[in-house]
Amino acid sequence: MTAELGHFALVLALGLACVQGTLPLLGAPRNRTRWMALARPAAAGQCLFVTLGFGALVHAFVSNDFSLAYVAANSNSHLALHYRIGAVWGGHEGSILLWIQILALWSVAVARFSRGLPDALVARVLGVMGLISVGFLCFLLFTSNPFDRLLPAPPDGRDLNPLLQDLGMMIHPPVLYMGYVGFSVAFAFAIAALLGGQLDAAWARWTRPWTLLAWALLTLGICLGSAWAYYELGWGGWWFWDAVENASFMPWLVGAALIHSLAVTEKRDSFKSWTALLAILAFSLSLLGTFLVRSGVLSSVHAFASDPRRGLYILLFLAVVIGAALALYAWRAPTVGLGKRFALFSRESLLMLNNLLLAVAAGTVLLGTLYPLALDALGLGKISVGPPYFDAVFVPLTMPLLLLAAVGPVSAWKRASVRGVLQRLARPAAAALVFVVTAGVTLVISWRAALGLALAAWLLLGTGADLLRRLWHQPKGTGWWARLGPVPLSYWGMVAAHAGLGVFAIGVTLVNSLETSNELGLRVGESAKLGDYRFAFTELKRIDGSNYLAARGRFDVTRGEERVATLYPERRIYVVQQMPMTEAAIDRGLWRDLYVSLGEATQDGRWLVRVQDKPFMGWIWAGALLIAAGGVLAAGDRRYRAAVRSRKAQAPARSDAELAVAQLASFGAQAPTID
Amino acid sequence: MRARHQRLVLLATGLVALAISVWLVLSALKKNMVFFFTPTQVVAGEAPSQQRFRLGGLVEGGSVQRQGDGVTVSFTVTDLAQRLPVRYRGALPDLFKEGKGVVVQGRLLSDQVFVADEVLAKHDENYMPPEAAYALKKASADGKTAGLPR
Repeated sequence: MTAELGHFALVLALGLACVQGTLPLLGAPRNRTRWMALARPAAAGQCLFVTLGFGALVHAFVSNDFSLAYVAANSNSHLALHYRIGAVWGGHEGSILLWIQILALWSVAVARFSRGLPDALVARVLGVMGLISVGFLCFLLFTSNPFDRLLPAPPDGRDLNPLLQDLGMMIHPPVLYMGYVGFSVAFAFAIAALLGGQLDAAWARWTRPWTLLAWALLTLGICLGSAWAYYELGWGGWWFWDAVENASFMPWLVGAALIHSLAVTEKRDSFKSWTALLAILAFSLSLLGTFLVRSGVLSSVHAFASDPRRGLYILLFLAVVIGAALALYAWRAPTVGLGKRFALFSRESLLMLNNLLLAVAAGTVLLGTLYPLALDALGLGKISVGPPYFDAVFVPLTMPLLLLAAVGPVSAWKRASVRGVLQRLARPAAAALVFVVTAGVTLVISWRAALGLALAAWLLLGTGADLLRRLWHQPKGTGWWARLGPVPLSYWGMVAAHAGLGVFAIGVTLVNSLETSNELGLRVGESAKLGDYRFAFTELKRIDGSNYLAARGRFDVTRGEERVATLYPERRIYVVQQMPMTEAAIDRGLWRDLYVSLGEATQDGRWLVRVQDKPFMGWIWAGALLIAAGGVLAAGDRRYRAAVRSRKAQAPARSDAELAVAQLASFGAQAPTID
Repeated sequence: MRARHQRLVLLATGLVALAISVWLVLSALKKNMVFFFTPTQVVAGEAPSQQRFRLGGLVEGGSVQRQGDGVTVSFTVTDLAQRLPVRYRGALPDLFKEGKGVVVQGRLLSDQVFVADEVLAKHDENYMPPEAAYALKKASADGKTAGLPR
C-alpha cells in the first residue's frame, strides 16, 4: 500500500514539475507576475511529493517488502538496517529517484535563498530546473519504476552487491549526486540569463556560490568513491581511469574551469559567453555521466537492446537538453558582447590559460571514454583505452596547471607587471628548488617525480607566501587575530583549494614513484618481507558475520625490533550471492599506508597474500578534502550574501533607474577588491 | 591597435596550444589502444604476436590451477569453439569464477600461451563481461559451437 502511495506521490510530483517548468517560463517574457509567482510554491510542492515517494521506497527497504521487484533485487532480510537504507540507491531505479530527490532539494534551496533576485530571473531558473525534473520523473515513471510489483513475491531478496555493503559506498552516491545535480543550478542560471538577455557581473555573482558548493560536493563525492575503491576493492588501487570514474571526473574538470571563469565574469565583466557555455557543458557532462553509469551502456552498448525504451529515452533526453541549450546559446550568445579588455599578461589571460588547459583535459577524458563506445556501436571493432593513454595525456596537461596556479593569484587584473610577479615568486621558486634537490637526494626519485614534487612545492610555497604578504601588509599594530578579518573568505577558499592541489600532487607523485608491493603464497607462521618491514602471518580464524563467512588472518608487522602494527585482513564469502570478497587491512599513517590483503587459498593451506607499502597515500585524500573545503569556504563569502540582501532592500519598488543605480553601486563596491 | 594586437597574439597562442594538445592526445590514443580478440581469432593467428591485447571468453571449468608458489595461476579461456591457456601471476579479482566470463589483458607467448598482466573484474551480476559475451556470441554465430551455455 505504501508503495502505491509512493508511486502516486511521484505522479503528483510530475504534475507539479510540469507546472513549474511551463508557466513561470512563459510568464517571464510576458511579465505575468502571477504565472511567475507559481515557480516557488510549485518547487516546494514538487519537493514535498518527491520526498514522500522517496520515503515510501525507503520504507519498503526498511520493512523488507520483497513484493517490490526493485527491493527484491537489491536487498535481503539479513542485511543490516543501515545497509538496507543505503540499498535504496544501490540499483538503477533508486539512483534515478535519488537524483530527482536531490534536484528537488536544490530547487527548494534556490527558491528559498533567491528572495533578493529579480522575479523574472527566479521564475526562469526554477522553470528550467522544473523542466529537467519533468524529464527525469518521466524517465523514472515510464521506464524505471522502483515501485513495480513482483508477483508472486519471493520469500527473500537477492541481496545488495557485497561490494556496496560499506559505509563509504552508502554516502558516496548522495554526495556525488549533490555535486552533479548542483550544476543544474548553474545551468539553469545560464539558460535564464540567455533567455532574459542579462548576462552580466551580477548574474555571475548570483551563480558563483551555487557553482562553488556543487563543485565542492562533487570533489568530495569523487574523493569518497576513490577512497572506497582503495580499501574495498581489496588491492590498493585508488584511480583506474575507469569509464565510471571518468564520468564523474569530466564534469569536475569543466566545473573547475567554470568557477575560475565565473570569477573573471564577476570581477571584470569579461569571458561572459564562455562562462555561460561552460555552465551548459558542466551540466551536460553531469547528465552524460549519470546516464553512462546508469543506462548500462558501459557494460555493453548493446544493453540498449535489452531495454530499448530506456536507451532510446536517454539518448533523446540528452539530445533535447544539450541540443536545446546549445541552440539557445548559439542564438543568444553573440549579443552578449566581449566585455572588458585585458593585457597579454594579466590575471584574465592566466585564467584563460587555466580554462583552456582544463577544457582540453576534459576533452581528452571524454575522447578516451567515448571513443571505444562509439567504435563498438558502429561495429568497427572492440578496443579499450586504458591508464597508459590517460597518463600520457594528463601529466603534460597538469604540470602547467600547477605552475600557473601559483602565478594567477599574485597577478593583477587587467594588466600585471611581469617584474612584480617575478619578485613575489622568486623566493618561493628558490625554496621549492632547494626543497626538491634535498628530497631528490634523500628519497632517490626519478626526474619526473622530482619535477612533480618541484611543482607541488612551488604551488604550496607560492600560495603560502601570498597569504603571508596579505596578512603582513596591514596597518601597523593590528593584532594577529584582527589581521585575519579583512581577508575575505573567498581568498581563504582559493588558498585552501590551491594548497590542496599541491598536497594532492605530492601524494600522487610519491605514491606512484615510491610504492612497493610483494605477492606471495604464505602458510600460517610464515612471513613476508617488504623493504624494512616484516609481515608475519601469525593466525587464521573463522568469523561468522551476519550475512557472510570469513577467514580472518592476523599479521604482525615489525620493523627491525620495533612493532609497527597488527593487521586483520579478511577473505569473505557472502552467503546469498556466493560471492567472495577481499577485505583488506590498512595501517594508515601520515607518511605511509601499510596494506595487507588476503587472496584465495590453495589446497595445501597456502594463502595468497599481497603486502604493500604506500608512502604519502593519505596526502591524496587530505589534498582532495582541502580542495573541497576551499570550495565551501569560497561559497560562504560575505559578498554573496550581501549581494542578495542589498537586492532585497530594493525589491519593493524597482524602476529601471533604480536598477541602473544599484548596478553602478555594485560596480563601485567591487573596485577596491581589485589588486 | 595595441590591444587588438595583443588579443590576436593571445588567440594565436591559444590555437597553437590547442592544436599541439589535440595532436598529442590523438597520438597517445593511437599508441595506447588495446584491441580485443576471441580465442578463435587468436588460434587462427589473427592476433598480434608483439602487441598487448585483450582476450575474452569463459574460464573453462576445472582448468584453474595454482602453482606451488601460491601466486602463479593458470587457466583456460574458451569461446566454446577454441581454447587458449592463460598464465597469470597474482591475485585474481573477487568475481573470477570457473565457468564464468573473463577478460584478460597481456601478450601471446610463442608457444600459444597467453601471459596476462591483468585480469579484469568488471562485469554485470551474471558474471559476464560484455567482451566475453561477444566472444561466445561470435563463435556461436559462426556455427562452430552448439550454442550458448545457460
